[in-house]
Amino acid sequence: MDHDHSLAAMASGERAVVTALYNTGGMRRRLLDIGLIEGTEVECLGRSPGGDPAAYLIRGAVIAIRSEDGGKIRVRACKEAAKWI
Amino acid sequence: MDLTGSAAGARKANAARPDRIVALAGNPNVGKSTVFNGLTGMHQHTGNWAGKTVALAEGCYTQKGQSFTLVDLPGAYSLMAHSPEEEVARDFLCFASPDATVVVCDATCLCRNLNLVLQIMEITPRVVVCVNLMDEARRKGIRVNLDAIAARLGVPVIGTTARKKRSLAALADAVSSVIASEAPAPRRLCYPAPIETAIEMLEPLLAARLCGRLNSRWVSLKLLEGDQTLLRALNERLGSEFLLDAPLAAALGEADAYLSAQGLTPELRKDKIVAALLSEAERICQGAVTHDNADYAAADRRLDQLLTSKRTGYPVMLLLLALIFYLTIVGANYPSQLLAQGLFWIQDRLTSLFMYLGAPDWLHGALVLGVYRVLAWVVSVMLPPMAIFFPLFTLLEDAGYLPRVAYNLDCPFKRCNACGKQALTMWVGFIILYLV
Repeated sequence: MDHDHSLAAMASGERAVVTALYNTGGMRRRLLDIGLIEGTEVECLGRSPGGDPAAYLIRGAVIAIRSEDGGKIRVRACKEAAKWI
Repeated sequence: MDLTGSAAGARKANAARPDRIVALAGNPNVGKSTVFNGLTGMHQHTGNWAGKTVALAEGCYTQKGQSFTLVDLPGAYSLMAHSPEEEVARDFLCFASPDATVVVCDATCLCRNLNLVLQIMEITPRVVVCVNLMDEARRKGIRVNLDAIAARLGVPVIGTTARKKRSLAALADAVSSVIASEAPAPRRLCYPAPIETAIEMLEPLLAARLCGRLNSRWVSLKLLEGDQTLLRALNERLGSEFLLDAPLAAALGEADAYLSAQGLTPELRKDKIVAALLSEAERICQGAVTHDNADYAAADRRLDQLLTSKRTGYPVMLLLLALIFYLTIVGANYPSQLLAQGLFWIQDRLTSLFMYLGAPDWLHGALVLGVYRVLAWVVSVMLPPMAIFFPLFTLLEDAGYLPRVAYNLDCPFKRCNACGKQALTMWVGFIILYLV
């Protein structure tokens, strides 16, 4: 469970730490604005009924990210996760 | 009219500047306009400030005989000029040099909001942090230790509940004292070593050229970050040759080469700067913001599960939509009938009036049976459903359900090259369609 996979491939309820961002342009800036950078913890909260955008808990806020964008974000699964303020 | 008179007066006052200028900044949706309205009451107008052609809302209030002009900046998450709103806010802080800046934050997610506070503190030290929505935070079991945060930030921090006017008095006091006293010394944010070295290479040169008009450390950082919008603004305000002078350009080239040699490409620099801001905000909140009730979020999650899961998401949404349409369509019938009765009673009176005056038939036909009758029909049919549908829609918005609709419907909408948010426009479209 220690290898990298993409944010889009996270299972519902899984927690992980961002290891790299390959998004570019406006999407990358938007991700930085919401505080999604290397080392940020994310939790996948579930998928929308259509299956595509999934909801993630990022720094205390719930954010929906489409798989085309989440696929460019690498994460590493973690078991122990600190509580977010 | 009184309004234009006072606006002209304020404009004249701007030129001579007896008023103190206070900028009001903050993230979107943190109750910034409630603070603005609470402080300024009815004394508001819009004013154009140097450079940009945007009109910013302005208001004034007096505190112990001194009058203050409060300028409402557009809501922004950061000052990195990713959007026109952020650029307007940044340019105002940089070039209109307000006497003090109030940054409104949401107590329920203070840590996120501190990102903007830290960025503003890099531009100007005269900052007052207003932690708004304290009542909501209390309800959610979030405790904010304002004194600890003030000590860590190095600027005054005031807790408010903007709907209660009394809590704004402390804010106004803090603003007065920040202007009257020596500028506070806010905590300086430290960036990774290579960036700090590069800043040192530029800062003395910039300090000599800016002559205190702008914070030279911040401008150095932005030049290294390659912020094109700031370059443009600097050239506009400080003369086009400002950044072309040889020693500065040489130093910038050198610092740039140094950072690239350290493996920090412009894109990575921005990442490091954002990371430094975020971890600083985290450090400030550490221990100063605590959650009493960890279950609060859990209850939210369970509700989300119901509203957005594969099995229940669409049925709940359709039910709610049907309920709103039902309330709108059925509920509107009664006021519609009443309105129609009233308006057509007036039509009859108008007809009598025209007959009494002996007006020609064609005039009566055109004005009463034509203009008035059509107007009466439209008003009695259209007004009641609108007056029911839009408040209901607002209730859903306040409850936070609309973003969930956008989330649920994003997938089917994406197939049409649209996005989930457009579903909301479509709901409104359905209602209009029904009315027509």
